[in-house]
Amino acid sequence: MSFLTYLINGLSLGSIYAIIALGYTMVYGIAKMLNFAHGDFIMVGCYIIFSVSAALSGNSVVGIIVAIVLCTVLGVTTEFVAYRPLRGAASPLAVLITAIGVSYLLENIALLIYGADIKSFTSVVNWEGLSFAGGELKIQGVTIVTIAISVVILIALQLFINKTKQGQAMLAASEDKGAAALMGINVNRTIALTFAIGSALAAVAGALLCSAYPSLSPYTGAMPGIKAFVAAVLGGIGSIPGAMIGGLVLGIVEILSKTYISSQLSDAIVFGILVIVLLVKPTGILGKQIQEKV
Amino acid sequence: MKNKITKQNLITYGIVLAFYIIVEILMLTGVLSSHMKGLLVPMTYYAIIAVALNLCVGILGELSIGHCGFMCIGAFTSAFFSRATENSIPTVPRFIIAFIIGIAFAALFGFLIGIPVLRLKGDYLAIVTLAFGEIIKNVINSFYIGIDSKGVHFSMKDSMALGMEADGDIIVNGAMGITGTPHNANFTIGIVVLLISLFVVQNLVNSRDGRAIMAIRDNYIAAEATGINITGYKMMAFTISAAIAGAAGVLFSHNITTLTASSQYFGYNASIMILVYVVLGGIGNIRGSVIAACILYLLPELLRGLNTYRMLIYSIVLIVMMIVNWSPKVIEWRKRTFGRLNLKRAKEVA
Repeated sequence: MSFLTYLINGLSLGSIYAIIALGYTMVYGIAKMLNFAHGDFIMVGCYIIFSVSAALSGNSVVGIIVAIVLCTVLGVTTEFVAYRPLRGAASPLAVLITAIGVSYLLENIALLIYGADIKSFTSVVNWEGLSFAGGELKIQGVTIVTIAISVVILIALQLFINKTKQGQAMLAASEDKGAAALMGINVNRTIALTFAIGSALAAVAGALLCSAYPSLSPYTGAMPGIKAFVAAVLGGIGSIPGAMIGGLVLGIVEILSKTYISSQLSDAIVFGILVIVLLVKPTGILGKQIQEKV
Repeated sequence: MKNKITKQNLITYGIVLAFYIIVEILMLTGVLSSHMKGLLVPMTYYAIIAVALNLCVGILGELSIGHCGFMCIGAFTSAFFSRATENSIPTVPRFIIAFIIGIAFAALFGFLIGIPVLRLKGDYLAIVTLAFGEIIKNVINSFYIGIDSKGVHFSMKDSMALGMEADGDIIVNGAMGITGTPHNANFTIGIVVLLISLFVVQNLVNSRDGRAIMAIRDNYIAAEATGINITGYKMMAFTISAAIAGAAGVLFSHNITTLTASSQYFGYNASIMILVYVVLGGIGNIRGSVIAACILYLLPELLRGLNTYRMLIYSIVLIVMMIVNWSPKVIEWRKRTFGRLNLKRAKEVA
């Protein structure tokens, strides 16, 4: 029974990674950039929920909505101010370094406002959860909600991309920006929309992450951000179902190796899985192999 | 052509030497505070690893965000050797052997990690180097090694599992790392190592091998078609880069009392910091890396007076510098505005 509990916990952590990874993979797919600041959007979202809930004496629903809105604004603004000027720069590293700069900036603003001490975050899910088999198998409410939300987000995103005009525009722009522009797609606006969706997802992921692991510091988002990126690469970057699979695999491997092998080595095992998968399939589990032509 | 290259190389060595002499004079006259003196050795090893990373990113053209992992290997292997033989070998030969060991192990791991990593491309390669950097850090954090009269004990569980004799000495103590490594590194040695790594990299870049490596960077299909052994040259550049990072690690571990494989020094954040040095110094520009590493390492330290705002200012400076230096629109605007000024000046001269 305890194995099942760990497995479900892993599934829950994996769902959080998957939600973050969805944002990563969409942004990478269309803007071809590693948005290192993505993890920090999670942290910003958490702090907003933290502050708003404190101001409204524990009303976390308003907090989540405010966080989603503000994170979306932050994502679009960042794209406009810091990333858009560097589109088409001579080296792709330029925008990568700028993203790192944005990441430092957000972390240090949070540090100035809230200080370095760890805040304890009140869970946004006030549900005890379910218990099966006469109380032997307990599943926390936040775990169930996390898994459910991630499934809803995955389905919604798939429908959005495949069934709407904007989603098709995103696909076209990620395939070939020049050709997409010729077809009358506003590439800049499409990229901004992608950043908006990615940042909103980061806020949702932040709420779930801090509900499951209730400690909040300016560096909360950094490691989950990197892990989610690993998940996105694992699943095949640019692929939405891939991000989901990658996130779930990573979450389950992390929790199980923490429990059964060593908490010290769990990160090494998680990254080791990435290395092994990429050696067997260099473009990730669901990634497309693109043959380079001379 | 040949003389021009030699001259450029000599200028780089000259800058380093001039900097060394100025700092030595400042130290003799006592202008430098002890805080500033403490920054000198870190400055040299960050300059060295920036040179190493530039060989990988700028010359070989493969983005690595795990280079601090190689520094970590160099630091731990050499510190382990120095601690283990502290009482049996005199300082000078011991430190030289420590350097050889640190560099050799870093190169070995660079070679081993290079085999799988260099099969990948672009951002996939970058994320795998990041993964390896984190793996190295985490694995070293779970090592326990001790020495007693019966020989070397090794465990990955805890220090009790070593089963040491009473006279035993635990050298590597898991997440607590290695304590009490002799402080052999100083500014002069740091500068010497920096000069040697500059010598190695600059001569490599201007050799037949270096041109082959840059040909792979610029167009690997064309390079392959001309008969260049792509894998071989990639491995060579990556291994040399790792070896130099290992040398930086040796300086690191012999300048610090407690060596731990912490994220602060060896995590991906540290590797990214060095990547920032390389990009701002100019990708592929070895001299630029050294200068950028020195300035950018000192910048947050000099801003210490501003205390809480220093990293905020640093990050804003970073973003603004990147946009000013790299944005196509800004470059065009700069050309238009300053181009006109230059034209005017040229006319006046005429």
